[in-house]
Amino acid sequence: MEVEIVKGLKFHKKQDVAIVGAGMTTFKRRLLETPKELSYLAVKQALEEAGLEISDIEMVVLGSAPDAFDGVSLKEEYMLDGAGGSDRPFMRYFVGGGTAVFAPIAGYWHVASGLADVCLVVCEEKMSCCHPHPQSAFKYIWDPILERPLKPNLIWIFALEMQRYMYVNNVKHEDIALVSVKNKANALDHPCAQVAEKITVEDVLKSEPMALPVRRLDVSPPSDGAAALIMVAPHIARQLTDEPVWVTGVGWCLDTTHWTNRDLYFPRYVAEAARMAYRMAHITDPRKQIDVAEPYDPFDYKELHHMEGLGLAKKGEAPILTREGVTARDGDLPVCPSGGLLGVGNPIAAAMGVKACEIYWQLAYRAGKRQVAKEVTTGVCQAWGDLMQIGTVMVMSNKR
Amino acid sequence: MAVGRKRISCPPYAEGTPISEEDISKRRVTFFEDHPNLVYSWTAGQAMSRFLNELKNGRLIATKCEKCRRVIFPPRIYCELCYKPIDDWVYVKDTGTVQTFSISYIDPDARPLEKPVIVAVIAIDGASPNMGIMHILDEVEPEKVYIGMKVKAVWKPENEREGSITDIKYWKPLEG
Repeated sequence: MEVEIVKGLKFHKKQDVAIVGAGMTTFKRRLLETPKELSYLAVKQALEEAGLEISDIEMVVLGSAPDAFDGVSLKEEYMLDGAGGSDRPFMRYFVGGGTAVFAPIAGYWHVASGLADVCLVVCEEKMSCCHPHPQSAFKYIWDPILERPLKPNLIWIFALEMQRYMYVNNVKHEDIALVSVKNKANALDHPCAQVAEKITVEDVLKSEPMALPVRRLDVSPPSDGAAALIMVAPHIARQLTDEPVWVTGVGWCLDTTHWTNRDLYFPRYVAEAARMAYRMAHITDPRKQIDVAEPYDPFDYKELHHMEGLGLAKKGEAPILTREGVTARDGDLPVCPSGGLLGVGNPIAAAMGVKACEIYWQLAYRAGKRQVAKEVTTGVCQAWGDLMQIGTVMVMSNKR
Repeated sequence: MAVGRKRISCPPYAEGTPISEEDISKRRVTFFEDHPNLVYSWTAGQAMSRFLNELKNGRLIATKCEKCRRVIFPPRIYCELCYKPIDDWVYVKDTGTVQTFSISYIDPDARPLEKPVIVAVIAIDGASPNMGIMHILDEVEPEKVYIGMKVKAVWKPENEREGSITDIKYWKPLEG
């Protein structure tokens, strides 16, 4: 990807933004805890890691996906107290799956603008409330006039996109399945993982067909869970830790809901979001300058699709990098070292726990058994959502 | 500010209590159940109303923007790129090209289907490149479908059409 170098101060901000703590609950198909309780558990961990108390938090940002999952309208107001939002400026941000990185981007605005010195970002999702399957709630994202009468399932858009990606780039399902194999194995080292297992390419190709080419093991599971991040101004970070992780770039881009008017083989909106974040972070050659990446991987082909959108691979090159082991945890460009959504689970917005939180833990050298082998300075996380239309990107660095 | 109280700890601690489907069906956990019954009527709007009414006549209609010279399908009353009103309405053909497809074994509620459905994005002939819609393919074996295949709409009989996207029953290969 060609990125222009920024001349002069293009992005004005009041102050730099550091991340000093993160937390997440376990991700499981069903959890006993309510959304309030899950949020509380994740926030408590983040506060503890940061060495802060809830009274130190000035503003709270919440991310959560459609109310239809919970069956509670305005669920941000409902779960506000569990998320630490009572009696302070509080706001919910929501762009479907893209929320996993969009909520931290909103947290960044709060601190970078100087409005807050300490901002808490909470993401929560409880998909299990919707019975018998959360897929029934996904019906309502389709166009009510053009698409819903055809009785679509959400998996369809992924199957259609995957087919197009395979066709244009001449990629085999075997190559795509390697992503599922890698991420589910990486997740074995994640304490919160829902579907960590050692599987083979053969297992993926023989798993139950859903909407071909998509099969059962190509897909991440629906989950319950919550995650939290604490973002602070430099003078606060200095008092709390010697090793803060800095947010160096943010970017987001949305395309229309007319997804059947796009060539689905390449996510242009992700590329645009990445271009914005890279310009801010002064990254001109993402493949060389990025040490670790957490692209959004709700489906195995999506990791490859998004690596190409993020400029971490040329168009059609991501499957080759995967096959050569470049994206393994001990590779030259570790991708989804957390185990990603495919291995740890996919509680829509709370996927922040394996995207933004994971990059923070990797760059702070606190990822434990998941820590990548190479030395890391700069990382990128990305999320995606809705009808093939949203890209959200955040670049972080442990050097200011 | 609780300065200097930082403990070296490393989340995540995997908190939370997993429960199973059975815990719910056998009422081992306390829960509350509700079945909201909400009824909606979505108005089709200006562009879609005209489009749906044309379907009753067995025709597909698109809109045209003279500035970017696109024939826009499905039609809208504005060009989202030029951000101006559209200039004209034009008929497009009821044939097209398969851009991508999938063979679906599940229904909208993720329940298995007995007979798989073939779904495709079809770029419509007469509209600008990539201007397509999602629809169903039939009268073809799933393994015979390919990207680039030419297809034609199969309409419901005129007296059964009701101004819905399902007035097109499905699309079939153009050449048998």
